[in-house]
Amino acid sequence: MLAWTIYISFIGVLVLMLLPREAARAARIVALLTAIAGCVVAFVGAAQQPDPGEVMTIVKVPWIPSLGANYFLAADGISLVLVVLTGLAAVAGILFSWNVEKRTKEFFAFYLALIGGVYGVFLSFDVLLLFVFYELTIIPKYFLIARWGSTRKEYGAMKLALYSFVGSHLVLIGLIATWVVARAQTGHASLDLMELSKVSFPLGFQHWVFPLVFVGFGILAGLWPFHTWAPTGHVAAPTAGSMLLAGVVMKLGAYGCLRVAMVLFPDGARMWQNEIAALAVIGIVYGAGVALVQKDFKFVIGYSSVSHMGFVLLGLATLNTIGLSGAVLQMFSHGIIAGLLFAVVGRMVYDRTHTRDFNDLQTMQLGKLLPFAGVTFVLAGMASMGMPGFSGFWAEMRVLWGAWTVFPVATILSGLGIIIGVAYILRAVQKAFYSDAPAAAKSGHDHPLEPITTPERIGAAMLIAASLIIGLFPGLLLNWLQPCLNSPLFERLLKGGPL
Amino acid sequence: MNYFEVIRAAAPETALAITALMVLSVDLIVVRGESVARRFMTGAMVAILGCLMAAIFTFLHYGSVDPLHGLLVVDPLTNFLKVTLLVLAIFTVLISAAGTFTEHVGEYLSLVLLGTIGLMFLVSAEDLLMIFISLELASLSLYILTAFNKRNSRSSEAALKYFLFGGMSAAFLLFGFSLLYGLSGSTHLPEIAVALKGRGLDPLLLVAIVTTVIGFGFKVAAVPFHLWAPDAYEGAPTPSAAFIASGSKVASFYILAKILTMGFAGAEGSAVWHGYVSGWTPVIAVMAALSMVLGNLTAIVQSSVKRLLAYSAIAHAGYMLLGVLANTPSSHSALLFYVITYALTVLGAFGVVTVVEAATGGGALANFAGLSRRAPALSLCLLVFLLSLAGIPPLAGFIGKFFLFSAVVGADAGHLGLLWLVILAIVMSAVSFYYYLQVLKQAYVLDAAENAPTIKVPPVTMFALVLLAVLVILLGCAPGLLLRHL
Repeated sequence: MLAWTIYISFIGVLVLMLLPREAARAARIVALLTAIAGCVVAFVGAAQQPDPGEVMTIVKVPWIPSLGANYFLAADGISLVLVVLTGLAAVAGILFSWNVEKRTKEFFAFYLALIGGVYGVFLSFDVLLLFVFYELTIIPKYFLIARWGSTRKEYGAMKLALYSFVGSHLVLIGLIATWVVARAQTGHASLDLMELSKVSFPLGFQHWVFPLVFVGFGILAGLWPFHTWAPTGHVAAPTAGSMLLAGVVMKLGAYGCLRVAMVLFPDGARMWQNEIAALAVIGIVYGAGVALVQKDFKFVIGYSSVSHMGFVLLGLATLNTIGLSGAVLQMFSHGIIAGLLFAVVGRMVYDRTHTRDFNDLQTMQLGKLLPFAGVTFVLAGMASMGMPGFSGFWAEMRVLWGAWTVFPVATILSGLGIIIGVAYILRAVQKAFYSDAPAAAKSGHDHPLEPITTPERIGAAMLIAASLIIGLFPGLLLNWLQPCLNSPLFERLLKGGPL
Repeated sequence: MNYFEVIRAAAPETALAITALMVLSVDLIVVRGESVARRFMTGAMVAILGCLMAAIFTFLHYGSVDPLHGLLVVDPLTNFLKVTLLVLAIFTVLISAAGTFTEHVGEYLSLVLLGTIGLMFLVSAEDLLMIFISLELASLSLYILTAFNKRNSRSSEAALKYFLFGGMSAAFLLFGFSLLYGLSGSTHLPEIAVALKGRGLDPLLLVAIVTTVIGFGFKVAAVPFHLWAPDAYEGAPTPSAAFIASGSKVASFYILAKILTMGFAGAEGSAVWHGYVSGWTPVIAVMAALSMVLGNLTAIVQSSVKRLLAYSAIAHAGYMLLGVLANTPSSHSALLFYVITYALTVLGAFGVVTVVEAATGGGALANFAGLSRRAPALSLCLLVFLLSLAGIPPLAGFIGKFFLFSAVVGADAGHLGLLWLVILAIVMSAVSFYYYLQVLKQAYVLDAAENAPTIKVPPVTMFALVLLAVLVILLGCAPGLLLRHL
């Protein structure tokens, strides 16, 4: 069932490619229907999962027997959370790019190809297959940004593509070495994640291969100091592009860290636990600090993503059930909230005012002109700060709670990051929407701003609702995550003895 | 000696030789005075029929025979490679349809066929003399094919450069072969190996190894013997360059691996990190490392797509040399998988360049601007080919790299001693992504000049390119189709 999320997306790509060039409206509708179908399949499939603690096989057929690679799609609780997130983000992204007029059909074709690849990564339990889907997402990302982006789009797109590619190549080195070592040890070739996770790799091997694979995936998760693609990429991307980048693509990296690097090399994870936590905390504080001084509205959100992804990485570094469940919850929560923030900045504000500079925005009184955008941003900002009642609260709570027992100092420093987070959100709200600076004396804006459209309202409502529901009933997701983290797959990671 | 057996074993090559003559005479006699396009179509039809005929003969003979003691060895693997070479020749003819570089179509087509015959004999040879003769037959055809654009002086310059370098490399090769013969008293590779066994690495053998490697280094365009390649690729008519980069590469790599692993068995040495032993593998390792680094870094700054592809060919030769030096059965089949898929891909890429050159008058990066609007199907094919060269899944180039690199690392699974070369290769292939993306950026991101007309692609060429793109995708998704023959 869940495999259809992937197939539907790629069928959508094919249909879009067959549409005539001028059919912009048809392209939008096809894309929206495809995304909705994928989202529905994701929800229904997730609801049908009998036991989220177990890895439920969806398809498993031999693919390349000489390598031991299978076409192996499966899902456990973690996959479910992220597949549902992808479904929501995909629909929202299309609603917020309803106004793409330039080469509409190609835009949505690349968009759906990216979504299909993302679903694929979250559902692959064969390491090679996961890698295939992971790399498959790079190309659409590049073209979406380079073709439909703004502000230094070609530079941002190339930087993002190269960072992703370098990261995935670090992973590739690790994969090949792992395949060879596992084959030498067990006597048969396998790339099956479940089988590889049972192999005990030598400590010396894990010592170097774990950081290689973790950093390789971590680059895409915004791991400091390899995060620099994120702000430029987010800013250069078109609205839907930044929503997907922050919403799901960064999660691919974090997911890879957890699913591949940590599950396959549990001892390596313990050896490098402190270093990862240190980088994560630097990311949290640094991202928040830099966000505080930006002049460009979108850069604020871009750096806030780095900061929030730091919580994911900190949660991973805790190596306990609470911290890990917090990390996955934060992936979900940040996916929703960052998507919403980018939607407000990119679609509601920038597409109408054509500026993101706080100095210009201050004079526009957007809170009065676009009250819906103002209110949405305030709500999204509250969620982003970790206000109770929104999903971000539970996620960051659990990460900090998990981290407290392992790294007390780091936990306190991350708390500092949260406080700066409140500051930069309030600063952005004040400067962009509710400034009391005098209105500019009749600037170039003679025509009134286009009112907020229905697709935007629906998209915003959807994302706010998702964040609120998880904020009020975090058990909905935690019931998927807890049994999954107690499953045998994570046993060696969470319950391993001293090295 | 049973002559009937010899004729049966050489039937595909014989059929092809007759076809080459037929193409010439049909062009001279039957369609004389017709338009070039018509003459080309007629000649191409005859040539393709001949190739198909030869392929059928190859399939009919599916046993293993060696009627001439190493001069002509026929077994399932060489048969498969011959069919591959025939397929590559057919595609070369098909993409030539878009070129407008010559009116001597009969000569052009028959030279492609003669070159193919040389390459086919080459993969069947296990004897130094036969290797040399078939290599020369192939090379001489390729020199002339390079010079075929008489209207362009760069074409002659390229051919002269290619010819001089090629002649020198042939001299090196002969010198090495003569030493080998002197050392072993035989020209038959397995006998040479027996005679050399236990001699250790005496200076004469070292010289023989080095000169042989130099000779083939020119053929496969590995650094530091690569200098002819960028000029030859750029100056040659594009379909000729495609043939040099595809068919010739497949056969040269196969025979290089055969000579080294069969003839120099026992003199391998080792290129393992901290475990260096002199022999031929360290020589190949140095060439591989230099090719990967120099090819990829130089490709970055190219502004002509053909030169870019030439430097990328040098880089790919570096990756392939890894398959030679790992020297295990799985690395050899990975090498063949890689070089065959590479040949299909690069043939397609050159095919797209041919069309763009004919339509815009040049092959510079800027000529590709806005291609996705001017020729959507063509640029989609280009996307597939270049991403496969960059090694993006699920295309053939990625899975080829995975096979190759995992086989190389697996050759020394205990200590991962060859991992350093694979790390270098993977890092360099990350670099390569940048310049392939530069071409795709022109095609998909930038806009063409105002009111640039849509590009008309000849249907034959479009058919060939789509077929190649489908093959590249198919072999990436289901590599078993090809791998089980190797």
